[in-house]
Amino acid sequence: MSGPSTYNPKSGFERWLDARLPLPRLMHDTMQTFPTPRNLNIWYTFGGILTFCLGIQILTGVVLAMHYVANAGLAFDSVESIMRDVNYGWLMRYMHANGASMFFLAVYIHMFRGLYYGSYKAPRELIWIIGVLIYLLMMATAFFGYVLPWGQMSFWGATVITNLFTAIPVVGHSIATWLWGDFSVGDATLNRFFSLHYLLPFIIAGVVGLHIWALHVPGNNNPLGIDVKSPQDTVPFHPYYTVKDAFYLVLFIILFAGFVFYAPNFFGNPDNYQQANPLVTPPDIVPEWYLLPFYAMLRSIPNKLIGVLVMGGAIVTLVFIPWLDTSRVRSCRFRPLMKQFFWAFLVASVLLGYCGAQSVDAARFGIPLVWVARLASLYYYAFFWLIMPIVGLIETPKKLPASIAQSVLGDSAAAPSPLPAE
Amino acid sequence: MAATTSDAGTRRDFLYVASGAVGAVGVAAAAWPFIDQMNPTTAALAMGTTEIDLTAIQPGQQIVFKFRGQPLFVRRRTPAEIAAAKAVDVSSLPDPLARNLNLPDSAQATDADRATKPEWLILVGVCTHLGCTPTVSTPQMPEGDYGGWLCHCHGSQYDTAGRIRKGPAPQNLLVPQYAFLSDTRVKVG
Repeated sequence: MSGPSTYNPKSGFERWLDARLPLPRLMHDTMQTFPTPRNLNIWYTFGGILTFCLGIQILTGVVLAMHYVANAGLAFDSVESIMRDVNYGWLMRYMHANGASMFFLAVYIHMFRGLYYGSYKAPRELIWIIGVLIYLLMMATAFFGYVLPWGQMSFWGATVITNLFTAIPVVGHSIATWLWGDFSVGDATLNRFFSLHYLLPFIIAGVVGLHIWALHVPGNNNPLGIDVKSPQDTVPFHPYYTVKDAFYLVLFIILFAGFVFYAPNFFGNPDNYQQANPLVTPPDIVPEWYLLPFYAMLRSIPNKLIGVLVMGGAIVTLVFIPWLDTSRVRSCRFRPLMKQFFWAFLVASVLLGYCGAQSVDAARFGIPLVWVARLASLYYYAFFWLIMPIVGLIETPKKLPASIAQSVLGDSAAAPSPLPAE
Repeated sequence: MAATTSDAGTRRDFLYVASGAVGAVGVAAAAWPFIDQMNPTTAALAMGTTEIDLTAIQPGQQIVFKFRGQPLFVRRRTPAEIAAAKAVDVSSLPDPLARNLNLPDSAQATDADRATKPEWLILVGVCTHLGCTPTVSTPQMPEGDYGGWLCHCHGSQYDTAGRIRKGPAPQNLLVPQYAFLSDTRVKVG
């Protein structure tokens, strides 16, 4: 996609094709010879894993759409028919439902990886921002998909999320009505959500293309966060990273299969096996686990508009990270202070998720969880808007290695020196 | 035709701008049907009124009906509940407006303006926070501290006149348009 091409068409047909549609050249340069830092670790295999997740979701989703009926009177039964009557319907649905959780698990690891190694910093700002866009599209797709079985959680989740728009002054209620196609969530809502749920994954696939394109211009970041300086610092993508990605993909698939075959309802909510009832709200409304931290923020604030703004702002904040981080060093390996704040941020995120899963007035060890959520939300915002800019200025980073090759192979490989490798 | 040479713009410039402008208006006009098709259909708009028979409802009891796809609370209040609602100072409420579609928008949230007949409190059972259905509070099974309703989704509490007292909901529960046809029949909508 960038840089000089090393493709050399061998046969007459390849030369003919290369002059007309150089697709083999594109594949050769991006997936075969692409120079990749030689020190990528396990956390860099999640890009490939995520592509796999998207593929699985589209494949199983297309199959499910062949048997699903998007009608408020029939949807719930059609899902039960998929589970009981359709050949391997149970497998398709459990792969699709657990696949969504696996997709988010992988994307969160991928994002925290980017945060830790400073992958959002110049010249990779756009890769990060496109990634945030993909994350937003994923949340929208997952939300639409969760409504489709038309269970109690589907219905009330849809009600709560669409009602977020009513917090907007003046036009909020008109927007909600426009989204519903009625005066509350109903048949019209279900139909359009199905349409959008089918559309968005293909848009995600397109944006993923942009994500990878933007990645292939500067090339991968790496755990050291230093630039590639010589061909010695890299290895060709194939076979080195195709094999590494494949190995960790297999481990990931084992985890995935573990849930599908042994705990298919682990991430599910039993209330969703009850058909939607517009007159009865379940006692505890809980979103899917991957939205819990944002839900905890929303609930921790006793004002509707501010609560919605805080929740939305938590995601919008991610877009600005490339400019909020003032450090000249990318990787937290060489940032002793930032490293600690990073791990505290991870703890705060998990804590928010925990609070979001508990009932609104719950307390642990005598501490009301709403206050835990408030403090964790405060830290979430402070991490990006205060800690990132300030720590970048006051911190003294550790000494960076001279090159990737020197760090990996020892000094003897890069330059003659008697010192042992770190 | 002689071409103009001044800086004021040629006939061709004018045609460019004019056709561009017409095109932009045309695109905007063509987009509108694609946006408006998502609004409620005429069938949804035509959802009529509901008539409710009140004879079976006992004092202290709430019955939930379905009205325009949403829950409708009809609560026959006990004298104690009415007295509790009347005792509240309106100026101390988070939302001092009546939110009663039978009254002007500026009506105050006094108990009399929330329930025309004090015994009968008729409300749209949709929490004004994010749309959940609040759970009714009874002396046997209290929900929240104010004797009215508690919304379990995000903890909003309403009093015995359906007024927001605590929690994230910004407004009192909505009082829909209704009219008593007789002592035991009410038409809502």
